[in-house]
Amino acid sequence: MDEELERDERVFLLGEEVAQYDGAYKVSRGLWKKYGDKRIIDTPIAEMGFAGIAVGSAMAGLRPICEFMTFNFAMQAIDQIINSAAKTSYMSAGLQSVPIVFRGPNGHATGVAAQHSQCFAAWYGHCPGLKVLSPWSAEDAKGLLKAAIRDDNPVVFLENELLYGVAFEVSEEAQSKDFVVPIGKAKVERQGTLITLVSHSRYVGHCLDAAAVLAEEGIECEVINLRSIRPLDMETIESSVAKTNHLVTVEGGWPQFGVGAEICARIMEGPALNYLDAPVIRVTGVDIPMPYAKILEEHSVPQIRDIITAVRKALNI
Amino acid sequence: MLLSVNSMQKMLTIISNVLKGSASKNVARVVAARTYADFTAEATFDVKKCDTHRLDDAPPTKSVLTREDALKYYRTMQVIRRMELKADQLYKQKIIRGFCHLSDGQEACAVGIEAGIKPTDHLITAYRAHGYTYTRGVSVREILAELTGRRGGCAKGKGGSMHMYANNFYGGNGIVGAQVPLGAGVALACKYLDTDQVCATLYGDGAANQGQIFEAYNMASLWKLPCIFICENNKYAMGTSVERSSASTEYYKRGDFIPGLRVDGMDILCVKEATKYAADLCRAGKGPIVMELQTYRYHGHSMSDPGVSYRTREEIQEVRSKSDPISLLKDRMLANNMASVEELKEIDVQVRKEIEEAAQFATTDPEPPLEELCNHIFYNDAPLEVRGTLPWTKLKSIS
Repeated sequence: MDEELERDERVFLLGEEVAQYDGAYKVSRGLWKKYGDKRIIDTPIAEMGFAGIAVGSAMAGLRPICEFMTFNFAMQAIDQIINSAAKTSYMSAGLQSVPIVFRGPNGHATGVAAQHSQCFAAWYGHCPGLKVLSPWSAEDAKGLLKAAIRDDNPVVFLENELLYGVAFEVSEEAQSKDFVVPIGKAKVERQGTLITLVSHSRYVGHCLDAAAVLAEEGIECEVINLRSIRPLDMETIESSVAKTNHLVTVEGGWPQFGVGAEICARIMEGPALNYLDAPVIRVTGVDIPMPYAKILEEHSVPQIRDIITAVRKALNI
Repeated sequence: MLLSVNSMQKMLTIISNVLKGSASKNVARVVAARTYADFTAEATFDVKKCDTHRLDDAPPTKSVLTREDALKYYRTMQVIRRMELKADQLYKQKIIRGFCHLSDGQEACAVGIEAGIKPTDHLITAYRAHGYTYTRGVSVREILAELTGRRGGCAKGKGGSMHMYANNFYGGNGIVGAQVPLGAGVALACKYLDTDQVCATLYGDGAANQGQIFEAYNMASLWKLPCIFICENNKYAMGTSVERSSASTEYYKRGDFIPGLRVDGMDILCVKEATKYAADLCRAGKGPIVMELQTYRYHGHSMSDPGVSYRTREEIQEVRSKSDPISLLKDRMLANNMASVEELKEIDVQVRKEIEEAAQFATTDPEPPLEELCNHIFYNDAPLEVRGTLPWTKLKSIS
C-alpha cells in the first residue's frame, strides 16, 4: 500500500483505526505518520456510510482503498459493494467507472466465535462486476494488492488474520516496487503427479503440509493456489487434472454453494471430466456457525489430516 | 419601482404599435419599433424567506431574474414537464416497461438547483431522475431512448429509467438512500483534489429515515465535506405520508449539528437563491448543509401507482392550480412584461416538437444488439469470456 500511495496521489486509505492506531491488525502501520490525515483516514464505526463514501469518491476520480476491520462487518455495507460499485460500469454502459479496493481479513481466526468467523469468498465470488482475490503467500499479498489498486474496477481483497503473522520467503523480483501479480491466474505452488489439491488463502499452506507428509509415502501431490476467486482460473486446474486424474478442493468456508462446489460444477462441464478417475472431493468447513470452545473450533475447520484422508480416499489407498 | 417600469413599457409598446401602423409605407423607422425595448430586461422578485436551522443568516428574499434566464428556465421546465408526460404516454402504450418514476410538479427543483450550481459542480440523486438527467446535459432523445431500452439511449439501453449518467452526474440510483453516502464521497473527492466544486446530494422524504444518511451526515460534518444534502420533500414516500413515516417531519433539521434550510420547492427563484447560498457556504469550506425543498409530485410514486389511494384528487388539483412551478414563473414573466404570451406559446410549440421528435426516435431506434449483452462488466479491461445460460455458451465481454 505504501508503494501505491507513493506512486499515485489519488490513492488513499480509509477505514476504522487505519490511521492513528496503525491498523487494527497493524497492516497500515506507519502510513499515517508518512502520509497524514488527507490520505489515511480514520472513520467512525459506520460501514455502510464509509463504504458508500469510498465508492462515491472512486466515481469522482479518486482511487480509494476501503478497509473493513473484518469482512463480517462488510455485510453492513454489502449493498454499496454490490449495487453501487460492482454493477455500475455495466448499468452505465461503461460511462462510469469505480476504481476501488475493498480489503480486510476474511474467514475464521481463533476463538472469535460465530459472528466474526465467516468466509465470504463464495458470496462475493458470485457477483459479476467484481474481481475477488484471496492471497496466501506474502508474494501473493503484495503482487495481488498492487494489481488490485491499479485496476480500474471494484476488487474485493480477502486477507486472512492468521496469515498476517506468518513469514514467507520473497524473491528478488517480488521486492520491486512494480511487482504485480496478474489477476485471474492461479499458481502451481508444488508440482505433483498423482493428485491435484486446489485451495485458496490459509488452506494452501495446509495443502502443502499435507503434501509433505504424503510425499514421504511416495504420493506426490500437485498443489494449486487459486489466488483469484473471481475470475476463477479453471484452465490451470483442468491442465493439472489432465495430468493427475484426481482432484481435491480445500476451503475454510461452508460447503453449500461454496468455492469447491463451483470448481466441481465447472470440472464436470469441461474437458477435465474425461480425465477424472474418481469423483472430486471437497474438504470444507463444517456446515455450522463457528463455535467458541477450542476443541469445537478445531473440529469445525479442515485439518491437515482431513486433507490426507481425502487424498487417500480419492486414490483409493 | 416595478410598477413604474411596467407602465412605462406598456406605454412604449402602445406608442410603437401605433407608429408601426402608421409608418408601414415608410422605410425610415422610429427607435421605439425595435423589439428589445418591448420587454423588461431584468426584474427583481420577492421570494419566500427560508426557514433556517443553525444559521445566522439566510438566502436573500429578493431574486434578480433576467429575461434571458427567465426564458431559459421556462423552457427547461416545460421540456421536463412534457418529457415526463410523454414518458407516461409511452408507458401506458407499453413501450416503456419496468420502473418509471415521474417528476412532473417538481420541475422547479431540478431547474432551480442547476441554476444555483455550476456545470463543474456535481450532482447525484435517486430514481426520480429524468429531470436531473436533462438539466445535467443529456438530451431528451437519449433519455427517452434509454427509457424505451434502445441502443441510442444514454446508457445504450443497459440501464433504464433509474441508471442514467452524465458528466458530473452520478445517476440515477435504485437503492433508496444509498446515493447519499455516494454523494458525500463525491464531495470528499472535490475537497481532496482541491477544487472549489460542491456535490448536490439528493434524496426524498422517504429516504430521509435511512440510517446511512445519518452516517453520511456525521462524516460529512466531521470532515467538512462540500456536500449539499438536499431533501426533496414531496410529502409522500410511495403511499406513506410524511406524518406516518417520520417522527420529525422537519427534514431540514434532521442533520442536527448540520445547518439547514427549508425552501419553497415550487418557486424556482427560491430554489435557485437557496442553492446558491448553500453552494457558497460549501465553497467557503463551511460545509456541509442540509436543504429541504418542499415540493409535490402530480403523478403517483411510479407508473404502477395511480397516486390517489393515499391522497385526494382535490389536493392534487389544488397544488396544480395554486402552486404549479411553471405557471408561477409564467405569471411572473407576463406580469412584468418579461415576455409575451405569444412568445411563450412559441416556446411551448417548439418544446412539443422537440419531445415528439425525441419520442419518434425512442420508438423507432432498434434495441441494443445481442453482441452488447456482456459488454461493460468491467472498465478499461482486457476482453473476457462470460458463461451464457448453457455451460458451453461462451459470450464475449469487452469494456
